[in-house]
Amino acid sequence: MTAVADGEPLIRWNWIGDHTDELTTLTLHHLKLALLPILFGLIIAIPLGIMCVRWRWLYPPTLGVANVLYGVPSLALFMLFIPYFGIGSGGQADFTIILPLTLFSLSVLVPNVVDGLRSVPEPVRQAATAMGFGTLRRLVQVELPIAVPVVIAGARVATVASISLVSVGVLIGNGGLGQEFIDGYSRDFTTPIIVSCVLIILLALFSDGVLVTAQRLLTPWARTRRSNG
Amino acid sequence: MIRFDGVTKRYADGTVAVDDLTLEIPSGQITVLVGPSGCGKTTSLRMINRMIDTTSGTISIDGDDIRKKDPSDLRRGIGYVIQHAGLFPHRTIVDNIATVPYLLGWDKKKARATAMELMERVGLDTKMAKRYPFQLSGGQQQRVGVARALAADPPIMLMDEPFSAVDPIVRKSLQDEFLRLQSEVQKTIAFVTHDIDEAVKLGHRIAVFQVGGTLAQHATPDELLANPAEGFVKEFLGGEKGLKRLRFNRELEDTADDEVQAAER
Amino acid sequence: MNLTDQITAAWNWLTASSHWSGGDGIPHRLLEHLGYSALALAIAAVIALPLGALVGHTGRGGFIVVSFANLARAVPTLGLLLLVVTVTSIGLTPVIIPLIALAMPPILVNTYEGIRAVDADIKDAAKGMGMKGPGVLLKAEIPVAIPLILLGLRTAAIQVVATATIAAYAGIGGLGRYIVDGLARKDYPSVVGGSVLVVLLAVVVQLVFIGIRRAFVSQGLRGSSRTS
Ligand SMILES: Nc1ncnc2c1ncn2[C@@H]1O[C@H](COP(=O)(O)OP(=O)(O)OP(=O)(O)O)[C@@H](O)[C@H]1O
Ligand SMILES: [Mg+2]
Repeated sequence: MTAVADGEPLIRWNWIGDHTDELTTLTLHHLKLALLPILFGLIIAIPLGIMCVRWRWLYPPTLGVANVLYGVPSLALFMLFIPYFGIGSGGQADFTIILPLTLFSLSVLVPNVVDGLRSVPEPVRQAATAMGFGTLRRLVQVELPIAVPVVIAGARVATVASISLVSVGVLIGNGGLGQEFIDGYSRDFTTPIIVSCVLIILLALFSDGVLVTAQRLLTPWARTRRSNG
Repeated sequence: MIRFDGVTKRYADGTVAVDDLTLEIPSGQITVLVGPSGCGKTTSLRMINRMIDTTSGTISIDGDDIRKKDPSDLRRGIGYVIQHAGLFPHRTIVDNIATVPYLLGWDKKKARATAMELMERVGLDTKMAKRYPFQLSGGQQQRVGVARALAADPPIMLMDEPFSAVDPIVRKSLQDEFLRLQSEVQKTIAFVTHDIDEAVKLGHRIAVFQVGGTLAQHATPDELLANPAEGFVKEFLGGEKGLKRLRFNRELEDTADDEVQAAER
Repeated sequence: MNLTDQITAAWNWLTASSHWSGGDGIPHRLLEHLGYSALALAIAAVIALPLGALVGHTGRGGFIVVSFANLARAVPTLGLLLLVVTVTSIGLTPVIIPLIALAMPPILVNTYEGIRAVDADIKDAAKGMGMKGPGVLLKAEIPVAIPLILLGLRTAAIQVVATATIAAYAGIGGLGRYIVDGLARKDYPSVVGGSVLVVLLAVVVQLVFIGIRRAFVSQGLRGSSRTS
């Protein structure tokens, strides 16, 4: 069975022109759903990573939880929050998407914060102590700045993944541009699916570009750019 | 003057790194701590700025027990130079050098001006001020490390194998300039090395350590070469053959110095 | 329904004997799920491993490979699946294609980075012992890069297992059925139970890879760092 009718083009350009308002709204909402989790993730991951470095015993269990979280299907993670914030788009229901993606982003960000802090060379740490830096001052002025490239590398991976994962939210009625997937699918109409896929890819590439630029500006001292492997 | 009085350091795992050490490091001079790997040189040095706590005994600076001072305050008054410089990779050269002045709350302009001045004194082109450490050679980084330790003009400097990670030619020029600099600033310096040639060349006094963390001999270079203690010290100096070489080299340098002085007259 | 209720309901669902037999039973769905995942992973590996190794070995085309992988990471899997379903039909192809797209970037990038990062000294030593290009790759570069290559495979495998859930949307089975059908029927115990199964599967995959690493990676290489 072929779903698309014969003679129907893969993409109908005039559809885009007729739907710019709708697409703009969805794009903005998509960005909100995808980027707030990264912001929240960083706010949580930085102190958590610091604690994991400070109290070494804390890291193995944290990493274990992070690895499990990484393997949870995003859809399943969304389900977990429906009882608390409901389904649908906008308002409180957005948290049904934002909080699970925050958890997901933590699974990438926390290990990166820990790796970043551990990337501070021992002689540098010792020199700081020897010059009279207290623990807190050393953390803020020496260790965290040196961890920035590794943290940003993690943020890049998390951001691209988050932008892609938001669209899965459409299965519970809130997926930003993912909305167009279901609309297109249910009408056997490929244009909205292709257009929103392309928009999602562009959003991801754009956000990635912003982070790369931020990294270059923030860390002109980094010897080599780190790839986000 | 720095004074060790019956100082012992036992690590948590039971290793005795320094054993009942009594030693005086006189003001305005270079005292070299030399000895084989693992004999407790670094441990002794780090006890002075309280990076490591003593297990027993006391260390005093000009008669004051170092335990009476807040560790951070104590450290800001003691310069510290280590093997791989330990420069802050995220700060420019001038800001690296000005680290302690910033910590002490100096005016930014004054701190930078001091840093620039120090760059010249340690033989660095001030054009490098805005570079980052990775853009410098190993020898240049080491000079920055020395400048950074000197920035707040501390009376005491602790140096842990500062020149051992660079090639011999660079090492020689670093040593020569270090001696010239010291003749101007006259700091109280504790200098760690495991290279006996370096010890003889730089030290006003040499403290030879042996494994187990005890002091084997403490003397001026000339005394040490003339009357090395039998056994460990003599062996460490390379036996009769090694001593001959060390004495020969020392005479050579003295003659060279005399010639320079004669030429200057 | 709060968390404890969810857990009890899921537990009851998981332990009901009726869910453990027949075409819609857990063993059958699990095998389907594993089947798609393994197939997608195998195809991705067959393409990405040699490509990554070649590019890492020659040092040419690295930029293109990394850019392509980044682009592929950005592709929304659900969108690709629904697009392929719409254009072709329900079946295996629409499930496998997005899963391959998902699995390739981590395998490709980690293999490439792993081979490229092999110390120049090791390569020189291998050449000095008389090895030729392919010999250097097989005997020196790949063994040293193995920890990173395994990491890439592990990341890919976990993502594929988690994402194969959407196979249900292409009308074929897998554990995703419990989640998707449960959602449609508002049968939450089934949704949570299905999710738990997928999570367990992902954990098992992790453990398998940790085991492989223990068994095959030489002690001297264990320190190798983690990329994502
Ligand atoms: N944190 C520590 N815990 C336990 N033992 C230690 C610790 N630090 C050093 N030691 C041990 O104490 C002894 C002295 O070490 P120290 O670093 O002072 O030697 P060193 O003379 O500086 O040697 P090197 O020339 O190799 O730098 C060694 O046996 C070392 O293994
Ligand atoms: Mg030492």
